[in-house]
Formats: sequence, structure tokens, C-alpha cells
Amino acid sequence: MTSLIAPESLIGIAILAPFAGALLIPAFRRHPNLREAVTLASAVVLCLSVAALLPGVLAGARPDLQVLDVVPGLSLAFKVEPLGMLFALVAASLWVVNSLYSIGYMRTNSEPRQTGFYVCFAVALGSTIGLAFARNLFTLFLFYEALTIATYPLVTHKLDHQAVRAGRLYLLLLLGSSLLLFLPAIVVTWMLAGTLDFTPGGILGGKADAPLLTLLLALYIFGVGKAAVMPMHFWLPAAMVAPTPVSALLHAVAVVKAGVFTILKVVMLIFGIETLSLAGQSLWLTVIAGTTIIVASVIALAQDNLKRRLAYSTISQLSYVVLGAAILTPISLVGAALHIAAHAVGKITLFFAAGSIHTAAHLTQVSQLDGLGRRMPWTMGAFAIGALAMIGVPPTAGFLGKWFIMTAAVQTSNWLAVAVICTSTILTAGYFLPIVYRAFFRAPPSAHDARHVVGEAPWPIVLALTVTAAATLLLFIWPEIPFRLATSMIGS
Amino acid sequence: MTAVWPHLPALQVVIPLIGALVAGLLRRGGVAFVLATAVSWTMPLIAGALLWQVLQTGPISYHLGGWQPPWGIEYRIDVLNGFVLVLVSVIGAVIMPYARLSLAFEIDERNQAWTYCMYLLCLTGLLGITVTGDAFNAFVFLEISSLSTYVLIALGRDRRALLSAFQYLIMGTIGATFYVIGIGLLYLVTGTLNMADLAGRLGPAWPEHSRAIVAGATFIVVGLGLKLALFPLHFWLPGAYAYAPSWVTAFLSATATKVAIYLLVRFLFSIFGVAFDTSGLPIAAMILGLSVAAMVIASFIAVFETDLKRMLAYSSVAQIGYITLGIGLANEAGLTGGLVHVVNHALLKATLFLAAGAFFYRAHTVQLQDLSGIGRRMPLTAAAFTIAGFGLVGTPGTVGFISKWYLVIGALDHSWWFVVVFIVVSSVIALVYVGRVLEIVWLRAPSSQCAEAGDPPASMLLPILALAAATIYFGLETEWTARVVETATDMLLGRLR
Repeated sequence: MTSLIAPESLIGIAILAPFAGALLIPAFRRHPNLREAVTLASAVVLCLSVAALLPGVLAGARPDLQVLDVVPGLSLAFKVEPLGMLFALVAASLWVVNSLYSIGYMRTNSEPRQTGFYVCFAVALGSTIGLAFARNLFTLFLFYEALTIATYPLVTHKLDHQAVRAGRLYLLLLLGSSLLLFLPAIVVTWMLAGTLDFTPGGILGGKADAPLLTLLLALYIFGVGKAAVMPMHFWLPAAMVAPTPVSALLHAVAVVKAGVFTILKVVMLIFGIETLSLAGQSLWLTVIAGTTIIVASVIALAQDNLKRRLAYSTISQLSYVVLGAAILTPISLVGAALHIAAHAVGKITLFFAAGSIHTAAHLTQVSQLDGLGRRMPWTMGAFAIGALAMIGVPPTAGFLGKWFIMTAAVQTSNWLAVAVICTSTILTAGYFLPIVYRAFFRAPPSAHDARHVVGEAPWPIVLALTVTAAATLLLFIWPEIPFRLATSMIGS
Repeated sequence: MTAVWPHLPALQVVIPLIGALVAGLLRRGGVAFVLATAVSWTMPLIAGALLWQVLQTGPISYHLGGWQPPWGIEYRIDVLNGFVLVLVSVIGAVIMPYARLSLAFEIDERNQAWTYCMYLLCLTGLLGITVTGDAFNAFVFLEISSLSTYVLIALGRDRRALLSAFQYLIMGTIGATFYVIGIGLLYLVTGTLNMADLAGRLGPAWPEHSRAIVAGATFIVVGLGLKLALFPLHFWLPGAYAYAPSWVTAFLSATATKVAIYLLVRFLFSIFGVAFDTSGLPIAAMILGLSVAAMVIASFIAVFETDLKRMLAYSSVAQIGYITLGIGLANEAGLTGGLVHVVNHALLKATLFLAAGAFFYRAHTVQLQDLSGIGRRMPLTAAAFTIAGFGLVGTPGTVGFISKWYLVIGALDHSWWFVVVFIVVSSVIALVYVGRVLEIVWLRAPSSQCAEAGDPPASMLLPILALAAATIYFGLETEWTARVVETATDMLLGRLR
């Protein structure tokens, strides 16, 4: 396939496939089966075209696609580099699985307005791919904002009071932070460097003194609200009112990973890790990320609502990526990149499981899950694997990223980071293992028995969560592709 | 063709003027509509030909009646006003098809031909102000456009339209008087009314008559500030925009204030700036302060409006603040941002007001509460509204972003961080008022008023969609907006003293 279609066209196909799907879906609104077929087809086309780009990128090619110059300095352009490749690969392949899951979930729960749901989902994915392949900050910013706007209707899908309020917070915090902080940061970057292109080694070396660099970096870290670094995290727990497939793919993978991906790109390719470590930026960034990791974990301990607990877990895990960036060594960046992939498959599994429990047993609280493992062995088994990945123990993918970040922290004698990782591992175990324990080792309460007899969720849901759980394990056993992408990202 | 070609500058004004005369004699609204449409669709052709000629061969000087300037009236077209001509005439042409059904719904049958007559007069005035190179002639056209605007506003069916029109009449007359007093003072000092000649003569007169010149300049700036609704001289605007017929509001918001802004830029940069060093006068600082106040305060007021058209009107005041901010910044990026926002805001507000008019056409109300859920009934109209709404916020991929990009760079070129802060804060406030409407329109259950609504007929829908598409197109492709404006900016700043 690589030889049949030029890589430039593959980039175009990958970005346009979801948007084309979004245009076609409303045409089939009266035929749900065809409509879902369009979603699956565009997911598969996207996945194949991204996969077709992979061998070239692994071999060192960096295909690019120049679309147009908006004004001098701002151009809409794409370039596939290893980190973007990794992110696109994760998002695209999980969209296929998630589409399968969505179909099962939305139909079983008889959700209203499904056509609009699939349209927005496709636009969100198209924006994610555009963001992943962005060649410069402007293109990234464009798709970053498009992603927020496309996911707003998904957050407010239920249209009840709570959903509308969550949507308000979502739009205000994400668009507001990007307007207030992210946009000025981009303009200042452009004025300092005269370019916005992502460049290995950064574009700000020698262009600004330490105080300005600190200010600029802070504008980026807090301006990219999608990374949910505290105190910009409030939107994420609120967004959990969305249907579970949205929480699973968008608020555990696409949207939040777009945030930390942006931060990684900015740290690596706009500032350059050498510029930042020379300016002594590591410490405060470590403190910010570490605080988020610990505080979010502590809050997660106290959540009884399963999806909210997962949301706080996401906030905590996202800051691992920020922590990886904060340590400012190549190895920590490899860890951060691997953690993007590992957390994605792990967390989507957990959300799939939560949605499965909601669909089959109509349970939403952790305290209701006693003995559920016997009724829903596949779901709770997958949940257990996802939980282990969050804690970061072998044989799950979660171990990989943590290992590299930990190694880098020890190498640079960043004992604060080491302490944060150790503490948070204990805390994470503290809020996930009790759920697994309840499900498998406690007897089901008799009062709930009547609701439990339904057993497992419909097959598309079970299939989806089994696949992602298997992927969580596989990524540990066979991490070659993410690992090679991550290492070629740092240029060694 | 060759016989007509040299007279295009005059035809730009004469055709709508004759059109207005004929429309005034007509009784039937339909016939007048056809006439107005024909005129409106001719205007962009002439304006486009003029701009093309300017870009190819430099400024055009047309001597009305063959009288040599500075004695006779000179029509002088350079990149700046050529560009404004294209903007005004294209907006007029694009929204024209919308007029028929909307006006038939909002205005009595006996007044319709009269409305088109007034519209053509207003168009004459606006194009005349833009095309002329004579300061007093500009006053005459200013009055033509203003008087016809008062009538257009008063034609609104809501009785409050009369009050608003009267309010605007008072304020507009004061503005025009101030302007003419200013011109009078300059004439006393220099003995000329020709703009280029004024620019040449004010300099030598400056040492001796600086007080008279400063007084004249002040009168002109304040007078034009009233016309362009510079905060806090904007009081006439919300009422006028809210109660005028929908199509009239869309036309005025996209063109009338923009032409006043053009005239202000002309005076500041082509006359005063060329004649003497204006940095000693607090004009730029004053404009800057008022612009920032407009951007924040007017946006804030918009958040609390319960009437969609009033909300958009306050948003206009705020957005005009962006434009005047660019004028106050007075550097390359800043002025480009301000002037490109003239176009960008015209596109955005025309879309928004036309969409609001379509809501009124179907749901018979523009009260936000009653528009609950109308997005589900009128999806295309509401989608266009949404796109333009995000344009106001300045989302990348829309025209609003382009303006903001230049303005922020312009502020940073001066190292004025506080201006950047105000720009982004006002964008966030815009997000609040736009988001509030989107929430009502899309997320609430449809109200009883909207139960029967549906997207309007094609003649109304297509202009809305075309303008919404333009806000995205020109947000990504700026060959015909920012690039042309940059040429104009270079010309204006290059001649500053």
C-alpha cells in the first residue's frame, strides 16, 4: 500500500477520512446500520492509512504535506514525525475498537440523537489526527480548538441540566485557557523565533532569557487545558456526564492525549530540552506535575462514582507525561511517549468496563460492585488488567512508561520525581485494587441479585474491551513499534 | 466599454443615486426590489474594476465635471478606499436577495418601494464618502447616508424603532456638525477642502495656526467617533441596530460604521499624519484607551442582554473597539489587524444579523428565551450563526483569528502586554456571550414559538450560508483580505511624518 499511494496523499486521506465520514453519516440517518457502517468504514480507512505511513516513518522518512499559507508565518501544513505517528496510531486503532463499542452501547441504552453523536465523533477524530500530524504550532492550534468544539456536543449529549452545566465548564475552561494563555504564548513564540515550525532541538534556543522562558512555558502548560494540569483540570470530571464511549475514546485518549502530546511537542520541538534545562526549568515543572499526580490520586480515593474515579485517575496519569517532560532528558521523554500509548489502551479498557457495567447491570458506583466479577468475568477481568496498567506493574503496558520515567528521574537525581512516582503508585493501587477485590472476592449483596442476573453486556461491548485489555498486555510483551517510534523521536 | 472605463469612479456613485430617484417614484415593492438588486449587483463590478486598476497602475484621480483639483471635486481612489468600495458593494450585493422576503414580512407593503429607495440612497452616501477626495464632499455624502439611515431605522415595525431613529438622528447630527466645524476650521487655516491639498498645506500652516488645527482635528475625530460608534459615543447604536428591520441592521452593521472608520483612518493617516507630527497629540493614546474600554465593557454588557439583536449590537461596539485599537496601535501589524477586521467583522456581523433576522422571520421573536431549541428546527441557519459566533471569539480557521493575530503582534511590537491581556480577556467574554446563545439555541428543548419554524427559503438562506462560508474561507486564505490591507497599511504608514 505504501508503494501504491504516495505518503503525502496518505496524510491527506488520513485527515480527510473522518471528515468525509462526518459528511456522509447524516445522509444515512434513517438507516442506522448503514450509518454505523460509514463510521466503521472511515475508522478503518483512517487506521489503514495511518498504518501505511508507519513503515516509512520507522525507516526514517518524514513525509509532509503543505496545504496553504494563511498569512506570513502561519501555514496549514502537516508532517509526520515519530511522536505524532505514535499518537495517530493509538487514536486511529482505538477508534475502530471504540466504534464497535459505541454501536453496542448506544443501541443497548437506546440513546437519542445518535446521528449527531457519530458525526461529532468523526469530526473529533479527524481533528485529533490533524493535530497529531501538525507541522507547526498554528496547525496544531487550529485542530486543538476544532477538537474542543467538536466534543462539546458530545459532552452535552444528554441535554439535561447537569450535562449543560458540564458543557459550559468544558467550553469555558478549554477554549478560555487556550485564548487567554495558549494563543499569547504562540504569538510570543512567533515573535521571538520568527517561525512556528516544530524543529528538533527547538526554535527558542538563545532567543529568550530565563524569566521569559519560564513565563512562556507556564503559558503553554496552563494554556493547554486539555492536559488537565491542576488547576485546569475541572472540566475533565465534569465531562464524565457524556456517554461512556465519549469518556473512553475522547476523555481518556484523544482529547486529553492531545493535551499532553501538545506539551511534549512544545517542550521538545519548540523550546528544546537543552534550552530548558540550561534555564533551570525542570524543578518547577516537576513540582506542578507532581502536585497534580498526588492531589488527583488522593481525590480519586474518595470518589464513589466509578467514572469520576477514573476521571481523577486520568488527571493523575496525564501528569506522568508532563513529569516525563519535566525531567528534561531523552530517556524521560521516551517514557512520556510510551506512557501516552500505554495509558491510552489501559484507560480505554477501564472506561469500556465501566460502560459495560452500566449497560448490563445499571451500576455506576464503586460500592455497588460487590461480587460483580462472577456475573461479568470478561468485563471485570479486563478491568483488572486496566487497573494493573494504571498502577504500572508488569505484565501490563503501564509498566513501560513508568520504568523509563523512573530511570531518568534517578539518573538526574530528581528525588522529588522519584518520591512522586513511588507515592502515586501506592495511591493508585489504593483506589483501584479495592474495586477488583470487591468484584472478585466479595459476595454479591442479595438485594442486588435481581439486577445482576443479566450477566455480560452485549457482544460488541465485550469484544471491544477484550481487545483493548489484550492490547494492554501485548504492548508489554511486544513494545517494539512504540519503542522504536519513541527512540527515533529523540533522535538516537 | 472604453468610453465608460474612465468614468467608473463617478458611476460608482451616480448609478445608485439615479436608482434611488427611480425607486422613489415606484409604487410596487417588487419592482423596486428588482431595481435595487440590479444596482446592487452592478456596484461590485465597478468597485472590483477600480480596485484592480489601482493595484495595477496606482491611484486613480477623477476630476468631477472636468474641474482641476483643488478647485473642483476630486474622486481619488487608492488601495485603501478601493478596498472599502469592494467591501461595501459586495456586502450589499450578497445580502440583497435576502431583502425581499424579510422586508415583505417586516414592513408594510406601501412602504416597501420607499425602503429600497432609502437603501439605494444610503448606498450612494456610503460609496460617495469612500470614493471622494474632498473633505466637504465627504460631509455631503455623510449626510445623505445618515438621513437615509434614520428613515431605514424608523421603518422598523417595533414602535421603539422611532425612538431609536430619533436618538440616532440627534447623535448623528451632532457628529456631522462636529465634522463640518472641524472641516471649517481647517478651511480657515488652509483655504482648501481637497484632502491631498489639505495634507500639503496643513504642514506649512502648523507653526502659526497649531491651535486652530488641533481644534479642527479634535472636532473631526469626535464627530467621526460618533458616526463609527467609538465607545463611549456608541449610545445610539444598540437601539438603532436592535429595532431596525433585520436586513437593514445587517447592511448597516457591515457597512455604515466601516465607512466612518475609513474616513477616520483617512484623516489620521493621509491628512494629519502626513502634514505634521501627530505623536505630540494624545489622539493615539485616547483611541487606544477607548478601544480597550469598548472591547471589555461592551462585551461585558452583551453578556447580560436578553434580546439577540441588542446583544449582537453591543458585540459590534466591542468589535469596533478591535478596529480602532489597530488604528491606535498605528504600527504595521496593528493597523493591518484593525483594517482587516473591518472586512472580517463585516462578514461576521452580516452573517449573525441575517441569521437573527431569519430567526425572527420564522419564530417572530429575537428574545433569547423564546429562541430555545431553535437550532433543532433551523439547523442550517443556526449552524451559520455558530460558525460566525466562533469567528467573534477568534477561533483559528475563522476570520476573527486573523484579525486577532495581527492585533496581538501589533501590541507586542510596542511591548504593550496589557493590551494583549485586554484582547484575550475580551475574547473570553465574547466566548461567554456566544456560548450562552449557542446553549439556548442548540441544547434547550424547542419553545412553543419555534415549534413550527424551519430554515428560511433559499433566497434568505443562501446569503447567510455564503457569508458564513466566507468567514471560514477568508480565515484560511487571506490573499484578498490581509494581503491587500498590508499594501494599504504600507502606503499609509510610509507617508507618515
